[in-house]
Amino acid sequence: MGNVIGIGAAPKRKEDQRFLTGRGNYVSDIKRPGMAAGVFVRSPHGHAVLRGIDKSAALASPGVIAVLTGEDAAADKLGSLPCGWGISDAKGVPMKEPPFPMLAQGKVRFVGDMVAFVIAETPDQAEAAAELLAVDYEVLPSVVSVLEAVRPGAPQLFDDVPNNICCDWELGDKAAVEAAFKKAAHVAKLSLVNNRLIGNPMEPRAAIAEYEPGTDRFTLWTTSQFPHVVRFLMGALVLNIPQHKLRVVAPDVGGGFGVKQFHYGEEAVITWAAKRVKRPVKWVASRSEGYVSDRHGRDHVTEAELALDETGKFLAFRVNTLANMGGYLSTFGPNIPTNLYAPLLGGVYTTPAIYCNVKVVFTNTVPVDAYRGAGRPEATFVLERMVDVAASEMGIDRVEIRRRNMIPKEAYPYQTPVLVQYDSGDPMGCLDGALVAADVKNFGIRKAASASKGKFRGLGYSTYVEACGLAPSRFAGRLGARGGLYESATVRVHPTGQVTVMIGTHNHGQGHETTFAQIVSEKLGVSFENVDIVFGDTDRVQFGMGTYGSRSLVVGGAALSKATDKVIAKGKKIAAHLLEAAEVDIQFEAGNFSVAGTDRTKSFEEIAGAAYVPHNYPLEVLEPGLEEQAYYDPVNFTYPGGCHIAEVEVDPETGTVTLVNYTAVDDVGTVINPMIVEGQLHGGIVQGVGQALFENAVYDEGSGQLLSGSLMDYCMPRADHMPMMKVATHSTLCTHTPMGVKGCGEVGTIGSPAAVINAVVDALSHLGVTHVDMPATPNRIWRLLQNASLPVAAE
Amino acid sequence: MTVQISFTLNGRPTTVEAEPATLVAELLREQLHLTGTHIGCDTSQCGACVVHLDGLPVKSCTLLAPALDGATLLTIEGLLGAPGSNQMHPMQEAFREHHGLQCGFCTPGMLMTAIALAAEKPDLTEADVRHGLEGNICRCTGYQNIVISVMAGAAAMNAAKGE
Ligand code: FES
Ligand code: FES
Repeated sequence: MGNVIGIGAAPKRKEDQRFLTGRGNYVSDIKRPGMAAGVFVRSPHGHAVLRGIDKSAALASPGVIAVLTGEDAAADKLGSLPCGWGISDAKGVPMKEPPFPMLAQGKVRFVGDMVAFVIAETPDQAEAAAELLAVDYEVLPSVVSVLEAVRPGAPQLFDDVPNNICCDWELGDKAAVEAAFKKAAHVAKLSLVNNRLIGNPMEPRAAIAEYEPGTDRFTLWTTSQFPHVVRFLMGALVLNIPQHKLRVVAPDVGGGFGVKQFHYGEEAVITWAAKRVKRPVKWVASRSEGYVSDRHGRDHVTEAELALDETGKFLAFRVNTLANMGGYLSTFGPNIPTNLYAPLLGGVYTTPAIYCNVKVVFTNTVPVDAYRGAGRPEATFVLERMVDVAASEMGIDRVEIRRRNMIPKEAYPYQTPVLVQYDSGDPMGCLDGALVAADVKNFGIRKAASASKGKFRGLGYSTYVEACGLAPSRFAGRLGARGGLYESATVRVHPTGQVTVMIGTHNHGQGHETTFAQIVSEKLGVSFENVDIVFGDTDRVQFGMGTYGSRSLVVGGAALSKATDKVIAKGKKIAAHLLEAAEVDIQFEAGNFSVAGTDRTKSFEEIAGAAYVPHNYPLEVLEPGLEEQAYYDPVNFTYPGGCHIAEVEVDPETGTVTLVNYTAVDDVGTVINPMIVEGQLHGGIVQGVGQALFENAVYDEGSGQLLSGSLMDYCMPRADHMPMMKVATHSTLCTHTPMGVKGCGEVGTIGSPAAVINAVVDALSHLGVTHVDMPATPNRIWRLLQNASLPVAAE
Repeated sequence: MTVQISFTLNGRPTTVEAEPATLVAELLREQLHLTGTHIGCDTSQCGACVVHLDGLPVKSCTLLAPALDGATLLTIEGLLGAPGSNQMHPMQEAFREHHGLQCGFCTPGMLMTAIALAAEKPDLTEADVRHGLEGNICRCTGYQNIVISVMAGAAAMNAAKGE
């Protein structure tokens, strides 16, 4: 017993002690005996034929142990990096899936593409030798924007992928949408860009691989969000290492945001290399190296049209998007702008007909994959901008047009025209809460105060829904997933009643060690201090799909809840025996097993003890031990949502946008730990604000150079960019997860870009501005103001 | 060619041999096994590596090891109370209390900057804190709880001084 801390409480985090004292254990902190250092040689060109590599000078350089290239990998018959998701076009023709070699073969296709791995005694020696590697490139023109890539005559990345189109994908009822457009009273149109982003977790990626000849076993320590998936993909498909001979460990990981959830070539190369050189090998990326090798996010060009009747009711929504995949297909690449995007275009509205076409396109850029929100921020941005455009064109208030089209609370479960069925939600409730919290009714006063200082103030709304907690395996399989999307948990009760949980999700900032311990503490009635959560090591944890898409609590928490129920069920059997009662008469409450209607009782610790010291135990019918495992495959996505309201002030002299107020009311289902949920919301919101106002990955067309290639050129949000935010929850419970949870890790990033840009457009609307592409940098706004026809001072 | 560098590290006299081009962050992490000081970038932007040199916050990724000779260096590992104790510094306590960290990677640098800020100015305002954290990037927390933590930690430091 002792200190039970359950659902809804906000204990301080268990993980904090080590992080606050500098005792975290990140991959770059690890040293292995005899460790060598590896450096990747990366292409400086966006697109080039690889004519040959002369290793001799590099090999002769001091301390060099080996230089490995794509030719060596081919000679060792290694596979290429697998794509985890295969999509098809409307006729069922599968996407074009060119191989993604772990070290380039024949051609390089983006700046940063790996051409060789140099191993030496020290990092400095490896760096020096890498400089001496003579790589003969025949440089080709690069194409970096999707608009250019699909044009006839554009540089072609792959011989068998005409016009660089990987897949021409669609979803929805095209004919119904066309019919609705014909009878529409108004059609609003919008062209927009969803800018390319770089995830920038503060810990750069790193890996160490070690091979033990005695046992023929490999260990890979890597900055991963899903070590079991890396083990599976890399062992089974790339390096041909049996699963039981490969251990993958992702210890403390310094942020992920999606960037660390893919199987990267670096991991495969380093593992292969460790056996070749018979030494542990370590590689730690520099931040700038991360810019040209971490998977990027977003990068859409979209044309959208919304058909409305005369009252402002949405009749149909049509969206055409070109989505940039970069130079190769990353692990989930093709899934993001398709299955995680188009099904969310319904948002929280009752739009009866939706059609979306997505051309998935290769370009000479870093491969694009899931980044916090992944597909859903893109969908929300298109829809919520579109709603504002329609409102302003039809002269309807922006809140009013949303209300007129919102799915009422009573209408849940709600089937959208694009695959997904929302189980629960209350968008109107979130909107009402946010309007009050943001003090919208006094906005006019604040706007006038800004105007008196010569500033323009604007208010922006984003009412959104997301689909998270990926997903029923069967459903995902139909959509092209090549893996399952369940989660597993093992609850090990020790003889003295303490509990160790082995779980397949991965904690890299989300506070799993605390939240999951709360679930166990509440359910088993054991002390919070007596529960430890183990994750991130394929030798310790049975199996798992990892952490991404806000799935940890939704799917992993459900597996944990199920496994805990099994422990209770077995405990009841043991108690029935010890208390000489029928099993059906045993109740479990607050950490005690008792016979209903009597005062006969056994504590959880006594039951655990009896399970492991089975002297007086019915061994014929009951196994000793108290450890249970569960796998949980969700029956549906969960659908968090909410309303975000941003308030900005624009300085017309400089074009600077200042975020002055930010309010979010989110429906995340059951809140296990309000402190952690609030922290997740804060972080998510600022990441979305970053996209809206500051962050942009810019490539040079033609050369394919990444111009924003370091923290010097890529503007990350800092503390003084933000005001104090107001966040609150207004939850409806998920109807199909055991605890009613919905997920909260991404909602901030999904809701905020549209809210901020809608606010910027609102601030400038009196000048005739109808749209601003992200990021709304001072330069972009200033230019817009120079081009606006109205004199600035006349306001 | 290596040089000999003698300095006070977390209260203890320390002498090392290092290449003159060694960065302090590397020296701490690779030679002295103090991995609490993190390296998050290569352009002196992120602040994950902040330590105190003679009481002032510096980015240890841009400082060469010979600059330590004769100096006093404090790293995250030196913040705990008496050796072997787990008594945290008031700023560390404040970060835990106000959820000022998530993944923990920026945290050592944030703490070192925060302590220096609080020491420099007794009555920190929110604007002071936000401005003072300009050189430290956190990708996880959205800064709000860090700002709250720093203000609370500064207040606790002041109170401790007053006692
Ligand atoms: S590592 Fe020193 S500022 Fe980034
Ligand atoms: S807590 Fe992760 S970077 Fe700050």
